[in-house]
Amino acid sequence: MTQNTETKAALVRALKQYGGIFLSLVMLCIVFSFFNPRFMTLINFMNILQQVAVIAIAAFGMTWVILLGEIDLSVGSIIAVAGMVGAQCFAFGMGFVPAIALTLLAGALMGMLNGVLTAKLLLPSFIVTVATMGIYRGMVSLPTNGAPAMIENETWTAIGTESFLGLPIIIWVVAVLFVVNQIALSKTSFGRRAYLTGGNREAAVYSGIKVDRLKILIFMISGVMAAISGILLSSRLFSAQTNAGMSYELDAIAAAVLGGTSLAGGVGTMVGTLIGALIIGVMNNGMNMLSVPYFYQLIVKGLVILIAVWLDVRAKQAKR
Amino acid sequence: MHGSATDTILKITDVTKSFGQVAALKGMRLEVRRGRVHTLLGENGAGKSTLMKILAGVHTATSGEITLDGQAYRPASPQDAASLGLAIVFQELSLCNNLTVAENILATREPRRFGFINDKALVAQARRIVADLGLPIDVTEKVGNLSIAQRQLVEIAKGLSHDAEVVILDEPTSSLSDSEAEILFAIIARLKERGVAIIYISHRMEEIMRLSDDITVIRDGEYVSTHAREEVTIEALIALMVGRRMDEIYPPAVHAVARDKAPVLSVERLTREGEFQDVSFEVRAGEILGFFGLVGSGRSEVMNAIFGMKNASGAVRLNGEVVRFRSPDEAIARRVGFVTENRKEEGLVLGHSVEWNISMAALGDFTGGFGFIRNGAERAAASAQVGNLSIKTNSLDTPSGALSGGNQQKIVIAKWLLTRPRVLILDEPTRGVDVGAKFEIYKIIRQLAAEGTAILLISSDLPEVLGMSDRVVVMHEGAPGATLEGPDLTPETIMAHATGFQS
Repeated sequence: MTQNTETKAALVRALKQYGGIFLSLVMLCIVFSFFNPRFMTLINFMNILQQVAVIAIAAFGMTWVILLGEIDLSVGSIIAVAGMVGAQCFAFGMGFVPAIALTLLAGALMGMLNGVLTAKLLLPSFIVTVATMGIYRGMVSLPTNGAPAMIENETWTAIGTESFLGLPIIIWVVAVLFVVNQIALSKTSFGRRAYLTGGNREAAVYSGIKVDRLKILIFMISGVMAAISGILLSSRLFSAQTNAGMSYELDAIAAAVLGGTSLAGGVGTMVGTLIGALIIGVMNNGMNMLSVPYFYQLIVKGLVILIAVWLDVRAKQAKR
Repeated sequence: MHGSATDTILKITDVTKSFGQVAALKGMRLEVRRGRVHTLLGENGAGKSTLMKILAGVHTATSGEITLDGQAYRPASPQDAASLGLAIVFQELSLCNNLTVAENILATREPRRFGFINDKALVAQARRIVADLGLPIDVTEKVGNLSIAQRQLVEIAKGLSHDAEVVILDEPTSSLSDSEAEILFAIIARLKERGVAIIYISHRMEEIMRLSDDITVIRDGEYVSTHAREEVTIEALIALMVGRRMDEIYPPAVHAVARDKAPVLSVERLTREGEFQDVSFEVRAGEILGFFGLVGSGRSEVMNAIFGMKNASGAVRLNGEVVRFRSPDEAIARRVGFVTENRKEEGLVLGHSVEWNISMAALGDFTGGFGFIRNGAERAAASAQVGNLSIKTNSLDTPSGALSGGNQQKIVIAKWLLTRPRVLILDEPTRGVDVGAKFEIYKIIRQLAAEGTAILLISSDLPEVLGMSDRVVVMHEGAPGATLEGPDLTPETIMAHATGFQS
């Protein structure tokens, strides 16, 4: 009985929180299936999920950063560096496990540099990550002088191409990372501290939260998530490309903001970000299926983001 | 000026104002005479603003009679009120920062020529108004470039430029320094000479005693009494205003502090260049050590240094052991708590829930394996604090920003109570809090002291410091002027040390 009413209350809360954005997603799906009947198929849906995986995972990391009231523009570059680190590991004859470990470590270190510069030198994260975006992007080309590097390790490439229990491995990765991030954010004191610090940094400091450490750790999470995105992307492409992940940081930010993460900090969830990433994925996929020219896609995407965020803001104001 | 009844310019009789079921004013009376300053005194929520809004034409009285110069007075709008000869200067600033002082003062009444604003005439007219009031302000300056205090003076000039017969000043000195307040007082004197009646609203008792001719006290929306300034004392006015006597406002200490006990916290020659020098004091378990000083005397800076927010030289001892906190988390780990001065900036995360705010500083206590928060324990603790401190909130999930000032302050205190502090620093704990909540906060502080917490109470409110403290450190320009106790604890000696005029 009480169990039942509690579930109901939770459902109402979820509807209030994600209703607007979820409606946008459903409406987009209806519009696309109206123009192309092949859109609303399970196969295409799987396809969308795989395409959106790289953005979604980067967006999970971005959600942490934005929640804290910061921004990470170096995500796209870290994606490219990660692929190149993996490719170089294999070029040096390493196995799969050390290659993965080193790639994740590279992501963590790049994130840590962002965090340390922001927290300890008190530079705005926008400026820091604009700078490191360029630095990391440049570093991708160092080993190959700008040429792409092939990846022939079969375990690595299997991630992006094989299935496990009937589902593509990519989707498993997204699902696991979604659950881990969501739990860490909503159930642990680490997540709570992120919410509190994003809501009021000063009050957090006075309440004994080690804000600098938190900031560095969160930029490291963003770096590691981007590195995982880079692994997925390079495994799908069988190679590390120097221009991989270009401008993906903007899609990741858009996904987080579409999902209700406030750029002012303190507000946001992984559920929202996942829905936001799906909206971006559905738009890309739907318009590709309709052979909409790329420049039109850009315009439409921008407009949809504006409208969706506006609807969401309006709904939240009406609640007050 | 002769105090005869014929001087009456504004008369309010039996005015009632209801908002729905709630009566904001009941049987309000007020009689203001020409050439006199009439202070309206009452706690926050006593009905002062409602009355002023009726006079300004923002609200209409539900019943009762108001006459201005013998005529029935019922302004339909603030413009209407102004044209009838009543000007009001609100405490909130209503100036446009990107316009000049002249443009602001004469907004909507700019002198025109062929339909265009005549800039020369505008500046000349504004200059006349400003010079007339003796304000040291350049009228061609953009308001955005002025200090807050100067803006307040411009606001006053704007209000007074209407040739009013009655001028209402709502807390005009709240952001003025002493010298700027003097300019205002000079303006008030000049207005009095011209026969203008002034309704003055302020919380600063010294200022009220100096400026007023008459004082009317209101409480809970009702008229209490009117007095000539010479007939009353500050203490009597406070008692009338809050409806209890002074000794009832400040709950008595439960038991005397044992003098022979070793201090919990002792500070020796704490110094930070340019902020404070050679600050030394000690506080024992169960003792309330008051800190009094004028704004800028370095009290908050000293506390920030003890709490690990600032570096300072000198020694801080906790239970005899020298400590040097590099950040607040180290201080909290050693059970030192700090209720900061500005609850909205440093105390609360306004967008987050009451529960999250209460558990914030003791989050580690509610964290189990793998960093998971034990929700049940957290909720139970927050709920207990809400009950204990009678925090009025719809639920534990209500955003703290939705609560009233007094309840917000109690949340900040609850947050620190959960850390079970041995030393609790309270910086202006009752600022902007209504009387009822003030009294409850005093009880909490007494209770904490009775349980053995050493308390540092920083306050600019002299009666509060006197009423609550066992001993008082008076700070003056970054140095402790004196530590007073027993018979030395009088308003006169404290003020003498705070202003540096002690013999």
